[in-house]
Amino acid sequence: MAGEITFNPDDKYNAFLATCRKAPHGSGKLAGVAVAVKDNISTMDIETTCASKILKGYIPPYDAHVIGLLKAEGAAIVGKTNMDEFGMGTTTENSAFGPTLNPCDTGRVPGGSSGGSAAAVAAGMVQMALGSDTGGSIRCPASFCGIAGLKPSYGRVSRYGLIAYSNSLEQIGPLGKTVTDVSTLMGVIAGHDRHDTTSLDKPYNHIPNADIRGLKIGIPQEYFGKGVDTNVADVVKKAIGRLEELGATTVPCSIPSMEYALAAYYVTCTCEASSNLARFDGVRYGPAPDTKKSWHDAYQEVRSTAFGTEVRRRIMLGTFALSSGYYGKYYAKAQAARENIKADFNRIFKDVDVIAGPTMPTIAFRLKEKSDPLSMYLADILTVPANLAGIPAISVPCGKSDGMPVGLQIMGRMFEDERVVDVAYAYEQEVN
Amino acid sequence: MVSEKHVQHIAELADVGIDEAELGTFTHQFNAILEYFDILDRVEGDGQAARNLYNILREDEIEPSLPQEDVLRNAPAKEDGFIKAPRVM
Amino acid sequence: MVDAEDQVIVGLEVHCQLDTKSKLFCGCSTDYRSDGPNTHVCPICLGLPGAMPALNKRAIEYAMKVAKALNCEILEESEFSRKNYFYPDLDKAYQITQYDKPLAEGGYVEIESDEGGERKIRLTRIHVEEDPGRLVHMGNVERGKYSLVDYNRAGIPLIEIVSEPDMRSPKEARKFLNKLRATLEYLNVFDSEKEGSIRVDANISIKGNERVEVKNITSYKGVEKALTFEVTRQKNLIRRGQKIERETRHYLEARGVTQAGRSKEQENDYRYFPEPDLRPLRVKSWLDGIVLPELPDARRERFIVQYGCSLNHARTLTGELKLANFFEKVVASDKSGLSPLASTWIADTLIGELNYRDMSLDKVEPAAITGLVLLLKAGTITDKSGIEVLRVLLDQRFKNESAETADAIVKRLNLAKTAGDSGAITMAIEEAINENPKALDDYRSGKAGALNFLVGQVMKKTRGKADPAELNRMLTEALKNKEA
Repeated sequence: MAGEITFNPDDKYNAFLATCRKAPHGSGKLAGVAVAVKDNISTMDIETTCASKILKGYIPPYDAHVIGLLKAEGAAIVGKTNMDEFGMGTTTENSAFGPTLNPCDTGRVPGGSSGGSAAAVAAGMVQMALGSDTGGSIRCPASFCGIAGLKPSYGRVSRYGLIAYSNSLEQIGPLGKTVTDVSTLMGVIAGHDRHDTTSLDKPYNHIPNADIRGLKIGIPQEYFGKGVDTNVADVVKKAIGRLEELGATTVPCSIPSMEYALAAYYVTCTCEASSNLARFDGVRYGPAPDTKKSWHDAYQEVRSTAFGTEVRRRIMLGTFALSSGYYGKYYAKAQAARENIKADFNRIFKDVDVIAGPTMPTIAFRLKEKSDPLSMYLADILTVPANLAGIPAISVPCGKSDGMPVGLQIMGRMFEDERVVDVAYAYEQEVN
Repeated sequence: MVSEKHVQHIAELADVGIDEAELGTFTHQFNAILEYFDILDRVEGDGQAARNLYNILREDEIEPSLPQEDVLRNAPAKEDGFIKAPRVM
Repeated sequence: MVDAEDQVIVGLEVHCQLDTKSKLFCGCSTDYRSDGPNTHVCPICLGLPGAMPALNKRAIEYAMKVAKALNCEILEESEFSRKNYFYPDLDKAYQITQYDKPLAEGGYVEIESDEGGERKIRLTRIHVEEDPGRLVHMGNVERGKYSLVDYNRAGIPLIEIVSEPDMRSPKEARKFLNKLRATLEYLNVFDSEKEGSIRVDANISIKGNERVEVKNITSYKGVEKALTFEVTRQKNLIRRGQKIERETRHYLEARGVTQAGRSKEQENDYRYFPEPDLRPLRVKSWLDGIVLPELPDARRERFIVQYGCSLNHARTLTGELKLANFFEKVVASDKSGLSPLASTWIADTLIGELNYRDMSLDKVEPAAITGLVLLLKAGTITDKSGIEVLRVLLDQRFKNESAETADAIVKRLNLAKTAGDSGAITMAIEEAINENPKALDDYRSGKAGALNFLVGQVMKKTRGKADPAELNRMLTEALKNKEA
């Protein structure tokens, strides 16, 4: 059963940062299946860069926990995929190694930050891929590229070996052409890991079930309001109509705390990032600092040249928000906001089983369309609530607008990843 | 409103460096983003995250360390098993 | 207590390495001192991207033992935070430590105050944190300086014990530290003999003036020296009418002075926030399960009662776990019979001789001292010979030579006390008087020093074997006879 697969794709979308031409594999549930891995997940003996110059040439001496699980089930790790540098972006244009293009329209971005993983799957180069989702980084590119992607409940998948951007928000998750692939990959990567003490003993052993009769779906008004493209909203509404035809009922609802979700998200992730990314000083890995200079001077030199602009901007925002006198105004308030968002979801989930809406407010942007940072941040408004609350959320293709894919997002109760998979599966089975 | 001087200070605190050319743009973008963050002033509460999991600990057991060559493998400069770093004195 | 005008005020922050088997957040062994650099390191303590901390349970248990022994209160909920700053020895560019929710608060340590009597030094808090790596400074001014880093120490568990500014002199600070060390040793959570196992930052001020933080004190003696230097420096400044700056100074152990830090370090803004990769602690209930061993104060009281030790001897003997155990082994065969002599000989003589040789107590087996004390108790040798036997005994053990018993040394050197009737003493007295007619004259004219002089001369001739009381009696007799 064990063997080797040859992987030599025509990567015209710049989806990969590194490929393994001869990829060994073992036996198991994924025996011989080509799996692409986002380049912020540590792979032993395979360069892992986070699409940053500061990690160019970095060869991890250890595997992320999920990589060990993939190998144990026989998967062939065929390459590392492009991304926004350290996961900071919604387009995969913020890569130090050039943007990934959207296979559906090469004039458009694949979404981000797991754009390389999504493009690799969408273009058929691999059957499935791992991404990571801090504020939508799996669901956004899944939506933009017309594939399925799941952000698991916080704690269901070990983060050990995932190069941290925002620890309290992010999860590794699966992307695939079909919901079945996503579910299969989730089954391999979920479970407790003693190296990640925030991980939980909640393995995923589930075969998707398309029967959603009696399911109650919450439709939050905020997901169809200001800032959401009306064509996108229409496609998604139609898709929800199909779910109703399958026996589900819909209930209008509201998430009032959404008004500060984005601010809470960006404060949290920039604060945590400012600390997580401080270790990149070139001493233990990365470009050599000038050791004859004083350490602050040497570090500034390395970090100002080897980090991209968006990374430096977020590090500075987080540094500012945590600096003396501002903690209470920013970080503490952002955590309070998260509690309110959790409370809103808990309230809604008393009445409904899942919440549905668009994954992204628009179709994929044109390249270089989002040049202003704040306008790029605003595009995450529909995906960040799930990260802030820790709940599972999946994006499944649900039609097209202007010829580009639109994603339907299903969010579920904490640890009910199986249910959001089932709803996405039911939709997928219905339309195919 | 944060000033260019404040942004400069933050860049130093974060050791990311900033040059004159960037300073104006960064400060402008900073202020736009921080203004957006002001919405958090309306949030009630002290920021104490609710918790439900405590005391996740491991036993005091020794596990193998990395071979020294793996520790040094990614370091750009090393000397006699040590990793070379900038001066601090 | 009413403080004087120029009262010295001292508070300490003491960092002690906890003696766990593995590091605080990973499974690397803490037994790194005899191995090469960067050999006890893994992705976690090297701060490799993607690695995550997993908290060592024993480190928390040890810290709680200390907290209980020092009368602290365990907080209902505590957590770890990140202290963010850049330094080459800090692998992640943040230290995982405890900030606004430490493990324990309050408590106190009792020390003997400078005025005598016991005094309580209050504690502010105790928290757990990780040690950074170790830096070696290299190069020179002409060819450029740089640092070398060894991350073996990175991640070793530390407790930081913070005191209130309750000490009133450098000496009290030293006593506080000694007491702390003894307590931690008794608890079996700390090994004071490991290099760098304790590090101290001190806050010191002269009443009414700004306080100065002295960092980087790495030895017990260093605390008293560094603070004594600071007291002099600060008092001199005040005398000259200058203002004391609030600043951080570094102690240079080799030169015994403190030196101003660079201004940049004083602007540190650590940007603490809760460590998102660790869950909080709720461990107060563990206290019930912690059984404390006999602690230094209790043992000191027991030594006074059980062995009849003086307060000072009991304090010295119980001030170090090893010494206290040593003493009890020495007297084990005959507690009441041996302890009066043994306490003096160990607390005063033996410690002095060991310090003189910079020798560890570990090299001396208690039985050797028991042998010596038995000889002294039986009156076989004089105190003076006792010291000679002890010196030979220690020298042999220090040089790892064949280690003789006290008995054997006495026999080989013929140190047994010369019996009172012995002709040797009588002869020596005769000689001494004849060789020193002036002393005889002085004695006759009533000069007090003359007798002592002659005793000394006789002692010299008998190589100290004469029993002093007996010698005194015989010499007085002989002088009386001469008079007649």
